Amino acid sequence: MNGETDNTLPVILDLDKFIAKERPFWDELVELLRLQDDNRDHRLTLDQAKRLFYLYQRTSADLVKMKTFAGEAETSQFLENLVARAYSRLHENGGEKVRFRPWQWLTRNFPATFRRHWVAFALSIGTFWIGAGFGAAALNFNYELKSDFIPPQFSHLNEKPSKRVEREEKQDFDAFQGRHQFSAQLMTHNTKVTIMTMVVGFLWGVFTLILLFYNGTLIGVVIFDYLSDGQGTFLTAWLLPHGSIELPAIFIGGQAGFIIAHTMFGWKTNLKLRARFSRIRGDLITLVGGAALMLVWAGIVESFLSQYHDPLFYPWKIGFGAIQLLGLILFLTFSGRRKPELAA
Amino acid sequence: MIGRTTVLTIQTPEGVAFTIPIASPISRCLALAVDLAVILALTILISQVVQFLSIAASGIPLLNDILSDFGNGFMIVAQFALAIFYGIITEWLWSGQTLGKRLMKLRVIDERGLSLGLKQIIIRNLFRLLDLLPSNFYLLGGFSCLVTQKCQRIGDIAAGTLVIRETRPFAPQFSELMEKDENSFAAMPHLESRLRQQVTPDEARTALDAVVRRNELEPGARLRLFEALANYFREMAEFPEEITIGLSDEQYVRNVVETLFRRAAS
Repeated sequence: MNGETDNTLPVILDLDKFIAKERPFWDELVELLRLQDDNRDHRLTLDQAKRLFYLYQRTSADLVKMKTFAGEAETSQFLENLVARAYSRLHENGGEKVRFRPWQWLTRNFPATFRRHWVAFALSIGTFWIGAGFGAAALNFNYELKSDFIPPQFSHLNEKPSKRVEREEKQDFDAFQGRHQFSAQLMTHNTKVTIMTMVVGFLWGVFTLILLFYNGTLIGVVIFDYLSDGQGTFLTAWLLPHGSIELPAIFIGGQAGFIIAHTMFGWKTNLKLRARFSRIRGDLITLVGGAALMLVWAGIVESFLSQYHDPLFYPWKIGFGAIQLLGLILFLTFSGRRKPELAA
Repeated sequence: MIGRTTVLTIQTPEGVAFTIPIASPISRCLALAVDLAVILALTILISQVVQFLSIAASGIPLLNDILSDFGNGFMIVAQFALAIFYGIITEWLWSGQTLGKRLMKLRVIDERGLSLGLKQIIIRNLFRLLDLLPSNFYLLGGFSCLVTQKCQRIGDIAAGTLVIRETRPFAPQFSELMEKDENSFAAMPHLESRLRQQVTPDEARTALDAVVRRNELEPGARLRLFEALANYFREMAEFPEEITIGLSDEQYVRNVVETLFRRAAS
């Protein structure tokens, strides 16, 4: 059978010959792909890239021939696999190969991303403080509700503030006893809460809203309780050193959650969910990464400074917390801004 | 379960379409079980090392205090970091595979068939916290897997990824399919030629597929299939009895395939 002109003749590949002829090209493609798989940072030279593209096209054509004329399942499957791998290499996701520069990320990308989504942050901080207002108002309305608001893991907060202050101020501060463990617990717990506040944004933001409001309620109850008992100085010296970093970090988690919620609703865009998510992925990672760093610092401060309740040091602690908060505000507002002439 | 698909079909700009099999929820569960076991084993290993260091320092009171407290703190952080970063690091280093996925021959890919980016890996692993809800039972993720067309958990949807089954990355040797048997049809070239004229490409493909996949068939089904195929091809070109005597139906079809493919260009 030569099958060149007669349409009634079946057009069938001589598989052995075909495989023998094409196999070296397939093997070469396999080797090129293996090189890249083994070393993710391996950069192809221009000649290698051209060769990869040629081999990909040739193997694609072989796959079409195999499917059309031969129908041999295993070789087709092998070629499909090869074409799929080469395709994924040649059509990389854009922007993934940019070298990560930690300092630039921290001082430029993070604050710039934060500012780009300031509305989501405002919503996050607003929800939290509305929750705080609700908690304070509820306690003002009926003090007996206090134990209902305080969850079991914070049962020590059920103690009358003035009693706690009296007890804490008499205690010696042991730098090592349980401090590292406490610090680690705070870091991991708060980071988990922050990530959770972000990811629940996927459920159209409802649970992000609930989580922020709930945490706000708790803080509102505590603040009202201490202030109404005349322990404002203790409260500020206790919460401000770490809270000035910890709370903004949780707000940033909420900000990321509201960005996701906005993406889920897809307002003012015709893009599909997949495309909408691909636009915010980098921002989410930047925000949650920045928040996690802040929480590590807050965990250390809370364990080694906030719990040190010597009245002599209250002004220092409050000063430290205030400066830290001011620094954070300035950092998030101004860091990484382009100079006007550069922006133009 | 709505409109579940078992393969991802990708049409390249070059006009080539290829399919990638999507992993089933069961195989994904097994891979997850392996990964959880690995995380648990690593956690135990780290705790043993920390414990050993504490015991070694027990003779020195201050160092002992520092080490035992620091050790406890380190354990908490390590446990958390393992849970979050195990998936991120392994999927990044092994191009979309964790140890469990390697064992189960699964791989995470971009849902458009492109290579997996680090951002996608981080997002799908962070969203695991949501998939695990409620109470670490993986119900949200499992439910999402069951109801989405491409068996994606929420993390996969957010990251634009899906988990596929890896196909065998080696080329089969066509000659091995024929098992080196003599083709008795070769003695009758004019009949072979008639057979080639009669058989359409689709029929040839069906016969070849049957030969290639014969070992996957149940014995009874295999007998029936080759009997039907052999009878079909016997009607197209009648080979004399001295050539076909003693040939099983399967051997008959193998001869047909060998005639059609191996010598097609001769």
